[in-house]
Order: sequence, then C-alpha cells, then structure tokens
Amino acid sequence: MSEMSVSVSAPSVHPGSQPLPEAPAKVTARNLNFYYGEHHALKNINLALGTNRVTAFIGPSGCGKSTLLRIFNRMYDLYPGQRATGQLLLDHTNILDPKLDLNLLRARVGMVFQKPTPFPMTIYENIAFGIRLYEKISKSEMDGRVEKALRGGALWNEVKDKLNASGLSLSGGQQQRLCIARTVAVRPEVILFDEPCSALDPISTAKVEELIQELSENYTIAIVTHNMQQAARVSDKTAFMYLGELIEFDDTSKIFTSPTDRRTQDYITGRFG
Amino acid sequence: MNPIYARRRRWDIVIRGLCIAAAAFGVTWLALILVTLLYNGISGLNLELFTADTPPPGSTDGGLRNAIVGSIIMTVIGVGIGAPLGLFAGTYLAEYGRNDKLTSVIRFINDILLSAPSIIIGLFIYGAVVVPMRGFSALAGALALAVIVIPVVVRTTEDMLLLVPNPLREAASALGLPRSLVIKRIAYRAARSGLITGVLLATARVAGETAPLLFTALSNQFFSLGLDKTMANLPVTINNFVQSPYAYWKQLAWSGALLITLTVLALNIGARILGAERTAK
Repeated sequence: MSEMSVSVSAPSVHPGSQPLPEAPAKVTARNLNFYYGEHHALKNINLALGTNRVTAFIGPSGCGKSTLLRIFNRMYDLYPGQRATGQLLLDHTNILDPKLDLNLLRARVGMVFQKPTPFPMTIYENIAFGIRLYEKISKSEMDGRVEKALRGGALWNEVKDKLNASGLSLSGGQQQRLCIARTVAVRPEVILFDEPCSALDPISTAKVEELIQELSENYTIAIVTHNMQQAARVSDKTAFMYLGELIEFDDTSKIFTSPTDRRTQDYITGRFG
Repeated sequence: MNPIYARRRRWDIVIRGLCIAAAAFGVTWLALILVTLLYNGISGLNLELFTADTPPPGSTDGGLRNAIVGSIIMTVIGVGIGAPLGLFAGTYLAEYGRNDKLTSVIRFINDILLSAPSIIIGLFIYGAVVVPMRGFSALAGALALAVIVIPVVVRTTEDMLLLVPNPLREAASALGLPRSLVIKRIAYRAARSGLITGVLLATARVAGETAPLLFTALSNQFFSLGLDKTMANLPVTINNFVQSPYAYWKQLAWSGALLITLTVLALNIGARILGAERTAK
C-alpha cells in the first residue's frame, strides 16, 4: 500500500462511542479452525459476538477475516474441500453440526456481500422473494412487509414510486441497501457484512454505515472491513486478525487508542497492511 | 518518420487489406447464395405453396403443405424432446456437477456429439429405431432431430449458466434458498434470455437438417399426421425435387429452400434480439 493513502495516526473513534456494557454472547467460537483443502486458513479462533452489538473484523488481505465470516452461515459448504473444526455456537445451536438445516441457519444468519447482488427481478420482488420462502402471507400484508424492509434499508423514499422497476436499475449504493433490506426482510438474528462498502462511493458508504448502526439496535452484526476508519465509526468491538490468527479482540475504542499487541498497533497506524 | 514506425504502418496496411479481402471473399459467396435463392425462390412463393400438397410427377400444380407441416411437427417434437434433456444436462454440468470429475468427461463427449456429422446420427436412429420398428416413421425423424438438439442445448445452457456471477448464487444461498431454488429462481432467471437463445439456435440448426431425416422419416408424397408412418418434410423434399427432371418440382425446391432459409434467419434474428436484451441489462 502506498504511503499516500495511509494515515499515520490511528483513526479517531467517534465521540459518544463509550464502550457499551458487555452483552450476552450471540455467536461463540471456541478453538475454531478452518482449512481450504490442506491450507490451514484459521487457527484456534476464540471470540464471542455480543447480542445486538456490532463487531468489526480488520486485518490485512488474506488474514482470514472473510473466511471467518463465511463460517458463521456455513457459506463455505457450497464449495468442496473446505472444512471447519472446533466449536461454533449460535445461542445453543451448533453451527458446525453436519446435520444442521443450512437453509434455516441462513434464515437466522443473513449476509450482505461486497458487491451488491440484487436478484434479476423487480425491487418489490427482491424483497418479497425472501419472505415467501418462510411465510405465506396476503398481498396487503406483503406490501406492508416490503415497505417496512425498504424503510429498514433506508431506501423506501427513493424507490416507493418504482417498486416494479428492475432491482438492477438502481445505483450501486441503492442496490446495496436493497440487499440489506432483503436480508432484514426475512427477520434474521445475525447479519454478516462482508466489506459492504468497498464497491460504493463515499456518500453511499455513509448511508450504509448509518444503517448498520441503526440495525444494531435489533440485530447482532459482524462486519469485515478494509477500512479502519469504518471499523472505528460503526463497531462496538473490533477483532484484529493476522495470518489466520485472532491477534486482538477488544472494545473498539481500546483497539484504536491503546492496543496491547504490537502488530495491532502497527496495522492501525498504517505501518503495514 | 521513424523507420520502425513507418515499417509498422506499412504492415498495418497490408494486414488490414488481407483481412478485408478475406472477409469480402466469404461474404460474397454468402450473398451470391442468398441472391440466387431469392431470385429463384420468390416466384414460387404463393398461397398454393402453403395449401396444396406435393404434386405427382408431371403435374404443374401443387405446393409444399405436407412437407411444411411435416417439418414443423418433427422439429417441434425433436426440440420438445431434446431441449428439456439438454437444459437438464447443461444445468447439471454448470450447477450440481461443477466440481465433479464426471463433468469434464460429459462435456468432452458432448463436444464430440456436437460436431458429429448429422448423417451418422441419422444412421444411429436408423439402427436404433427404424430397424426394430420395421419401418421409417416421423417419430424416428423427430428422435434423430432430438439427438442433434441435445448437445447444442447442453452447450449453450452450460455456457449461459456459467455466466451467471457466483456472488448471485451465494447471495441467494445466504438468504436460505435451497440449491434447487437458487437454480430455478435465480440462475435460470438471470440466464433466461441466453437459455431461450440456445433453444432457438438449436431449432434453427435442425430445421434444415436433411441427412438424419433421409434415414428415418424418409418422405411422403401425401399429407400425413401419423407419427408411425413416413412423413413429408422440407429438406428431403427439396433434395428429391431438385434432382428431378420436372421444372415445376425444381421450382418448388427453390421455394422450399427459400422458406427454410427465411425461417432460420427469423430464428437467428430472434436469438440476436434476446441476446442484445441480455447485454443491455
């Protein structure tokens, strides 16, 4: 990374982000390991995502933060040769249980991806589609749910007059908020964000960040980001990962002001990354 | 001017000239064929062509009704059998079997089938259907066409589904969709125009096939809708009539050829339009 783009001082934590009291754990990882075939990608991860808290995962490319996120909803199951060992609990459910119904797990643990992925259908259908998977409701009820979800995605005012337009006709930032609304619509408990703003412009990024903060009132959130300022702005807790290990996991304010580990300090001050 | 640059410019002119000449050479023959076809065929394009059946030798009236209807029936049945099989097989290759070893074997065999001469497919159906059934039949003709349709549709289906970005599948899975619905509701929808294009192109491909019908449906001078009997069809009728000594038959052959060409052209244009819609999104 060039010197130009790296701030030398640690990003400031936004005012008012005093550490919240400890929340009960929603997702708990104990001695979690992950393998891509022979490659040992995650090593003995131990951490807990607090209920209705935002946990950020930062670290240089290839450190395993996205890999970790994709274990939380067993996304890796789509691909052969990938496996996880150890323990990973969602409340009392063992996420790694081979007999677990993955579709039900994914209904509880939603995910928003790096690139906006609207489905090739109308805006309305993008939202209604997911709801119909789990519930049979009347048209008027569905209209209400779609509106609520789009409001939840901070998109309602922009699309309320063109609900029948293709989801693909929206701008990148709107598409991403549509994806968030779609995820929220099925009422998950946990929402995973995998670098949700890396394809967005600064204004869209600000909107999505604001949205993440609002969502944390009702959802447990994990966000992977390359942008340390973003982690500092949106998260309550931050996990710094490096070479497949969890180096440091603490209150965001502490990670960005007085990290204990030398490597964390080097990373957040831009000495490497 | 810099000598290296000047040399490059000269070469550019030479190569560009050769490319244009080669393209013109190819297009000229195509244009000649089309013009000849249009010139000879258009005079026979009248209502009688569609309402009267093929004439007996020596007669100077009659049309191609039985052959047109026969071609439509066999093409529809052939595509009706071949397209679903091809769609399912292509779906397996692109979706379920993406990481299987079997997939590359199937793909390889499919590619061989794709380039197999159609007369061999006709002979295959002759041995597999016509001989055991003790006679030529429209059903055998339709089956031969189906065998030609399958590899084309398998190929286009796989290619089109592989164009659907993987993050879209992941996003659908992340919403809790089972695999079957990810394919049916998301991948098929995203690839829809491409899939239809593939079926249209396969239809265009078999609409003019002669060799496989020669060994299977044969032909029929009369109007027949029976699938267990020989059936008239445009390609074989053209083949027979063009070799005949009768001027009127030759005229019918030209008109039939023009008809097939226009149909294939229409199917290709339809496929193009659908393809353009896809890229526009």
